[in-house]
Amino acid sequence: MISEYLNIIFFDSLKILALLVPVLIAVALIVWVDRRVWGLVQLRKGPNVVGPFGLLQTAADALKYIFKEIIIPAGSNKIIFILAPVVTMSLALLAWAVIPFGDNLYVTNINVGILYLFAVSSLGVYGIIMAGWASNSKYPFLGALRSAAQMVSYEVSIGLIIVTVLLCVGSLNLVDIVLAQKNIWFAIPLFPMFVIFFISALAETNRPPFDLPEAEAELVSGYQTEYSGMMYALFWLGEYANILLMCALGSILFLGGWLPLLDIAPFNLIPSPLWLIFKILLLFIVFALVKAIVPRYRYDQLMRLGWKVFLPLSLFWVVLTASFLFYFNLLPNQS
Amino acid sequence: MKFNRILKTVFLSEFVVGLFLAIKYMFKPKATINYPFEKGPLSPRFRGEHALRRYANGEERCIACKLCEAICPAQAISIDAELKEDGSRKTTRYDIDMVKCIYCGLCQEACPVDAIVQGPNFEFSTETREELYYDKEKLLDNGDRWEKEIAYNIKTDKPYR
Repeated sequence: MISEYLNIIFFDSLKILALLVPVLIAVALIVWVDRRVWGLVQLRKGPNVVGPFGLLQTAADALKYIFKEIIIPAGSNKIIFILAPVVTMSLALLAWAVIPFGDNLYVTNINVGILYLFAVSSLGVYGIIMAGWASNSKYPFLGALRSAAQMVSYEVSIGLIIVTVLLCVGSLNLVDIVLAQKNIWFAIPLFPMFVIFFISALAETNRPPFDLPEAEAELVSGYQTEYSGMMYALFWLGEYANILLMCALGSILFLGGWLPLLDIAPFNLIPSPLWLIFKILLLFIVFALVKAIVPRYRYDQLMRLGWKVFLPLSLFWVVLTASFLFYFNLLPNQS
Repeated sequence: MKFNRILKTVFLSEFVVGLFLAIKYMFKPKATINYPFEKGPLSPRFRGEHALRRYANGEERCIACKLCEAICPAQAISIDAELKEDGSRKTTRYDIDMVKCIYCGLCQEACPVDAIVQGPNFEFSTETREELYYDKEKLLDNGDRWEKEIAYNIKTDKPYR
């Protein structure tokens, strides 16, 4: 009996490790990709010294952070202060449990996978609020407030976008969502939604042009101001893990997840996880390019875009999709 | 006009143009050089680390006229001199405080015998301040080490002086 339980725990841990280790390595690599792309656009070379092509730059940075002193402000709430980066990082990794890399390649396959993903990514705002509040300092506080407002606003439109996709699929299961795109990727019929999703994802992960919480000129570096050493590195890695997650979500919802470009010979020979990784990377490179080409939004512009443009637009598109599907009798799962 | 603007905003046209411009720039040749491994070109007039030069027979050029000491706006140079037994004036002390020095090049301009010069070397950072108080020995050593480059630079720059 007990050995059975131990067996289950052992194999589940192995499964989780087999997911988490590649994800963490991928996070380290996309940090490098980000810096490299940013540099190339600005006619620089980017990090290219540590390891081949500078690939080990992130590892060197992490090592540096580990050996740095952790300073905890005297006026801070120490427990919450220490907990905040842990929450951010673990939530960013938690969500990966339901991401499917193939027909049978996932840690868990729960029926409400997309709901779980959405819930976990909404919780991410707590790490930031905790950090800003516990620091007991004005810049982190203001940065956290901005960040919280921003993430909450854009989550609304992301929610409606997900509803649009779900209307076309008729299931909350991520595997079903991917399989529903066998004939055509949702990025094509729902292209405006894909664009809105992409921009909302930028806002959700505090990337430029929506990096107001970290706007150096006004807020030093927002909620991270009081953090140092490994705690800062955790925030930093958590942020990139979140970006990676958003890219994965985008490729699952709109770019057909692990499905090949065309279901013919040269394409469907490539194993399915590689397709997903390729799509995530493609989305991420666009993320990195956007960082290089856009100036930062003003705060009121950011809020206006979220509430007055994206929310009505995505709501309209939900109604449009629903009526279209209903009128032409295309609704999935009807009895 | 206004309709045009609305179209531009809705279709994110400027954003898309920027995206393609960024991609174009990604493949352009880069302005960066891998600094410690490759170095940028230096003008022959470059005012780097100081050096005291010698004549080809090994005799010090400096005649202890103290023009450099007099002109130095930062008062970084201090010189003591004495008469040698062969009747020539030579320095016994020639110190440059490289921390005070503002690298203006006036000492080189003032020198009537091209003894004190600023060479092409700019990579002489040290870990302690004391190492930057150069004495005569160090300066002469610099002169011996960089003589080829210094001579070439002086020759190249001659027509413009």
